Amino acid sequence: MDLNVLWFVLITVLFIGYFFLEGFDYGVGILLPFLGKDDGERRVLINTIGPFWDGNEVWLLTAGGAIFAAFPHWYATLFSGFYLALFLMLVALIVRGVAFEFRSKDDRPSWRSLWDWLIFVGSLLPALLWGVAITNLIRGVPINGQMQYVGTFWHLLSPYTLAGGMTTLLLFTFHGALFLALKTRGELEERARRAAVLVGAVAAPALVLLVFLSYSQIGLAGRAGATVAFWGAVVLLLAAYWLSRTGRYGLAFVGNGLAIVFSTVAFFSALFPRVMVSSLYPQWSLTIYNASSSPYTLKVMTIVALTLVPVVLLYQGWTYWVFRHRVGKEHLEY
Amino acid sequence: MDALLLARWQFAITSVYHFLFVPLTLGLSVLVAIMETIYVRTGNETYRQMARFWGKLFLINFAMGVVTGIVQEFHFGMNWSEYSRFVGDIFGAPLAVEALAAFFLESTFLGVWIFGWDKLSKSLHAAAIWLVALASNLSAFWILVANSFMQEPVGYVIRNGRAEMTGFFALLTNPHVLYQYPHTVLAGFTTAAFFVMGISAYHLLRKNHLDFFRRSFRLGLISGVISILLVVTVGHFQGQHLVSSQPMKMAAAEARWESRDPAPMSLVAVIDEKQQTNPFEIQIPYLLSFLSYNSFSGEVKGIKEIQAAYEDRYGPGNYIPPVTSVFWSFRIMVAAGALMLLLALLSLYLWRKGRLETKPLVLKAFLFSIPLPYIANTSGWYMAEVGRQPWIVYGLQRVEEAVSPVVSAGAVLTTLLVFTLLYGVLAVVDVYLLVKVVKKGPGETPAVPRVEDVEGVSLWT
Repeated sequence: MDLNVLWFVLITVLFIGYFFLEGFDYGVGILLPFLGKDDGERRVLINTIGPFWDGNEVWLLTAGGAIFAAFPHWYATLFSGFYLALFLMLVALIVRGVAFEFRSKDDRPSWRSLWDWLIFVGSLLPALLWGVAITNLIRGVPINGQMQYVGTFWHLLSPYTLAGGMTTLLLFTFHGALFLALKTRGELEERARRAAVLVGAVAAPALVLLVFLSYSQIGLAGRAGATVAFWGAVVLLLAAYWLSRTGRYGLAFVGNGLAIVFSTVAFFSALFPRVMVSSLYPQWSLTIYNASSSPYTLKVMTIVALTLVPVVLLYQGWTYWVFRHRVGKEHLEY
Repeated sequence: MDALLLARWQFAITSVYHFLFVPLTLGLSVLVAIMETIYVRTGNETYRQMARFWGKLFLINFAMGVVTGIVQEFHFGMNWSEYSRFVGDIFGAPLAVEALAAFFLESTFLGVWIFGWDKLSKSLHAAAIWLVALASNLSAFWILVANSFMQEPVGYVIRNGRAEMTGFFALLTNPHVLYQYPHTVLAGFTTAAFFVMGISAYHLLRKNHLDFFRRSFRLGLISGVISILLVVTVGHFQGQHLVSSQPMKMAAAEARWESRDPAPMSLVAVIDEKQQTNPFEIQIPYLLSFLSYNSFSGEVKGIKEIQAAYEDRYGPGNYIPPVTSVFWSFRIMVAAGALMLLLALLSLYLWRKGRLETKPLVLKAFLFSIPLPYIANTSGWYMAEVGRQPWIVYGLQRVEEAVSPVVSAGAVLTTLLVFTLLYGVLAVVDVYLLVKVVKKGPGETPAVPRVEDVEGVSLWT
């Protein structure tokens, strides 16, 4: 395996980490206005992800940094090309990030509900936009022979990419509901369980629809690995839905988490060895070779990443152990 | 307005705004860690209250630093795609390492610290904030490694139409970063020290929580005196380094149009950039040679001579940065630093005599000095970045070659307006919350009783 391939795999891993972890904290943010009836309940909901969301978001920052370091042309084309979409995502992440910190610092109801709504919007937008972005990478966007995106914002929106957005949104919301079913208790736990069953019932058909669309939209038929991963994701999601209906929320959480992992693997393996597909002319697509850094940089970064990623996993895993208990109203920080 | 100019404005606004929050994070994380360590070692409740009170202010500030930092990271690709293509092989690496080695550590353990008061042993909890402090200061190192490549490119070769890395170690030991890093971090410590002293002075004037704020002030004073002395010293050597590494920047910072040996230094000047002269200036003879070379002789090159040399080397063009604003930003930074140094030394003297609290004027001076480090930080970076113009990477790429060709002026204008508006609103909210928490004072946060957690989460049911 050459280093270009290794870096493609590593970036896939970083996105898996991001979607799996921040997936449920986006889900919690999206469910916040629906599950939390009063301020105390909303605080409990936010506090279930309180110790984690910031660390989870670093997976995105690391993925961004890794794309910059390993595939600078990918970074340049993607970020200048998907300009307004990224801008929306940044605005969402800004308001969401400060909202967690600011909401508890003043106890007027209007103040709190303002920040709670911002947490909702700030979680909803990225959850939706990531699906749109990833399906665009692979479906193809107008990229010219100089690796420049020559489309507009509206080129990014098509039935297929919107289906992609809806799917990530629903997967993450389901993920969040299951997470809450594990991390809350009493009435909130009850509501989270009901929400999980409800969202799961919509998420599963959405994913199935996306997979069917993928056959015609991205030529899935010729790609065995991606096909297997996609159908694997569908099976896991259906299993998670069934488990949630039968009250086994822990296993359902694991199942849906794996469905997210499999979907991510499916998209990246359908993309490989390209990183952005040109809809104008296949040869103009960005690949792990024409978009990459020099062999020397890839080597340096490989050493750094292979040393540090396991350490990060270790201490992040430890924090999930420290805060493994269900959250109640006894002690709240946010 | 064209996309280039708008992109420059956007970068300037985001960077300046981001760096309003970063220095306090760098310094205050360490101060909070020290407070909590004293609490762990002595068992003195006041220090636990201190860690909580200053920690609350730290968190409000930290959130702003984080969210603006996200914009910073993605900015390069959005507005400066050709820059990203040209230096991505080098510039992306420190950014990725920053996320992996520092930002993960910082964010994860900050979560542990906020929520772990009753879940961890005292020492483990203190260790969490030390990791946060270490990681934020480590993070600054990696960012400055990246920035230093723009100031003083090292460890690269131009190949395949771009700058490619040849020595990772050379990047880490870039002479520029060896000055820039301590200068920036110490400026952060100074910012935090003056923040703590200013707020403590506010409460000491009102005789609130005297023991609490005396101890806070003392900690701020000790760290403030040390860091301001060091920041000035490092700054001096950094200036000497810049004379040789970026002569144009230093010549502009001094508004020296002609080469001179020995060179005088202008304290103030009226600058005519069109005629390339200073119609009026107040000079101290020999001083610039002395500051540059520790000797009363030595030629300091002037802007005109450097411009001629650059035209020979890089072809025709204007290589002169905006002299007036670079000149004044340098002086504003130095003046703010000098004021802080004087104030710190004066109050150290008064403190030792036990007379500080009898001088309300001095305490008030501290309250009104809270903006001083912010002014110094901002004007320092202004000098560093504007003084590098017209280059985005010194000697390798000009700013106009770096901008994204596919992003329209309308798109940049839209994002510029929304970001600026958002930053403005958040700045108001941020200050509102800081003032609210400050005025409320430490209050009596009771020691957190250990609540027994009974229900764990099981993934297997």
